[in-house]
Amino acid sequence: MILVFCETKDGKIRKPSLEALSEARKLADAAGKGLGALFVGATSAGAEEAAQYGADVIVKIEDPSLAAYSSDGYAQAIADAVKAKGATALLAAATSCGRDVAPRAAARLGAGYASDITGLAMEEGRLLVTRPVYAGKALATTRFETPVQVATTRPNVFSLAPCAKAGTVETLPAPGGGFLAVVKEILTKGAGHVDIAEADVIVAGGRGMKDGANFKLLEELAEALGGVVGASRAAVDAGWGLPHSMQIGQTGKVVSPTLYIACGISGAIQHVAGMSGSKVIVAINKDPEAPIFKLATYGIVGDLFEVVPELTKAARALAK
Amino acid sequence: MKILVALKQVPDTETKIKVAADGRSLDGGDVKWITSPYDEYALEEALRLKETAAAEVTAVSVGGDKAKDILRNALALGADQAVLVKSAETGDPLAVARTLAAFAEGKGFDLILLGNKGFGGDNASVGPMLAELLGVAQANVVTKLELAEGRFKAEREGDADSEVLEGSLPAVVTAQRGLNEPRYANLKGIMAAKKKTIEEVDAAPVAPAVTTVTLALPPSRPEGRKLEGDAAAQAAALLGLLRDEAKVL
Ligand SMILES: Cc1cc2nc3c(=O)[nH]c(=O)nc-3n(C[C@H](O)[C@H](O)[C@H](O)COP(=O)(O)OP(=O)(O)OC[C@H]3O[C@@H](n4cnc5c(N)ncnc54)[C@H](O)[C@@H]3O)c2cc1C
Repeated sequence: MILVFCETKDGKIRKPSLEALSEARKLADAAGKGLGALFVGATSAGAEEAAQYGADVIVKIEDPSLAAYSSDGYAQAIADAVKAKGATALLAAATSCGRDVAPRAAARLGAGYASDITGLAMEEGRLLVTRPVYAGKALATTRFETPVQVATTRPNVFSLAPCAKAGTVETLPAPGGGFLAVVKEILTKGAGHVDIAEADVIVAGGRGMKDGANFKLLEELAEALGGVVGASRAAVDAGWGLPHSMQIGQTGKVVSPTLYIACGISGAIQHVAGMSGSKVIVAINKDPEAPIFKLATYGIVGDLFEVVPELTKAARALAK
Repeated sequence: MKILVALKQVPDTETKIKVAADGRSLDGGDVKWITSPYDEYALEEALRLKETAAAEVTAVSVGGDKAKDILRNALALGADQAVLVKSAETGDPLAVARTLAAFAEGKGFDLILLGNKGFGGDNASVGPMLAELLGVAQANVVTKLELAEGRFKAEREGDADSEVLEGSLPAVVTAQRGLNEPRYANLKGIMAAKKKTIEEVDAAPVAPAVTTVTLALPPSRPEGRKLEGDAAAQAAALLGLLRDEAKVL
């Protein structure tokens, strides 16, 4: 069996988890295996949706002690489920939670682990994964040598593939509390607190924006295109009041949107590391020699303060 | 208080990546090697605790002989001792975590600090794996850390929010940018570091859990198109292309 650790938010499965489920379904079909969706928490409201994305079994580990997230508590629950179901592969989305708990669960299981993968196959019952390394300057293909295998999937890379299955519900016992570290509080920062890693359209601004207040222009364009705003490190570091959660790049978020519009961003390698997986890249820069143009599907050489408002106008007209 | 800081030597980000003749590893020939930038925050946090809480700081690296450079640098910055656990680079985080766990086991470290991920491999997994292998608490991607008697409180970066977590010591904490501002080594530190020895131990062999089969350069993106005209014309042309050619709107 292939097991997918699913995260829920507001009573629904998070999109990156649905992507992992969709991909796992394909893998399970190819390998003739069953697919289980695993839910851990005080409740698993929303878990039933997993059947729409191909889960044969919905495995629930519910307990009040799991209401607040705990790396060690959740890793224990996940490892218990893998053992109880005899699963050979465990997938999770490479979200903040997935990246925190999956490697710990892997160590608990003595399992090989690969993080943030962008390609997934199975060969003779073993996972074969592809992942960008060295700031996206190379792609590594990794083979697993252990009977149990754990990997996290990069958000927005694997497409959603609805596929209704039985979704029989099964409950497993919870680890029982007494965890070593537990989340006590969630601090909300940043505008609208969206996770840019999940966004389909990103309008990003760099040092060329000159000031944080000018990001209003990008917000308007993003809104017209149904997207969100991101930033380069130079913009985040400039003291314009932009939160680090907006930063895209090697020391920020890795994003894979359908459309990435870089405004006043030069395209330094560390920035490119975070956005080179975008499907379509638009660069708006007044320097025709800016490295970002080497990457851009469409390049606009021009002053962003003239181009961006025109784009917003045109996008609004298109939306009507 | 005893603190262990694990440091990894990685290629500088600006390095041009070349694949070695074996088709599955990095050609290290022209590579400039540096301390993985996140590890610098981990080391800085340890050094601050040494100054404020009288901690004793041990720097450790799993790697080959050249990793002595980053250990020497850690000594120059103020680490009390440095240990090289000699091991071939495998690209397998579980193997590294097991090697570090074998080293740390029974030495009474109250806190183990690492970067939240090693530049290059980007697995972000040695920290949590090490915590599990040692059976201790973990806090990853941490931007704020407070210690109290046998306990810690940490702020960690989430997807869009931050989380405050509390746990017991000993613990493994992985550092994120924002935790502190790393210092530079001064001449006095560099001179003093030259006199210190870097202890060397051989890693016990561990079976790899994952192996790299191929390392390849990614396909290059096709040459893009520059749009002509004034701002309004460029905007109109772009939206037309996004809708009709790229089909993303
Ligand atoms: C260890 C390390 C990690 C790093 N991690 C990251 C990371 O995660 N993310 C990241 O982004 N960077 C990162 N960097 C920084 C990176 O090297 C660059 O400094 C940064 O990406 C530059 O940001 P920028 O493109 O916004 O600014 P600049 O390089 O200053 O570019 C600004 C651009 O705006 C253009 N411009 C100016 N005015 C206008 C205008 N009116 N209209 C149109 N164009 C205009 C200019 O022509 C220029 O190309 C990292 C660096 C290091 C050393």
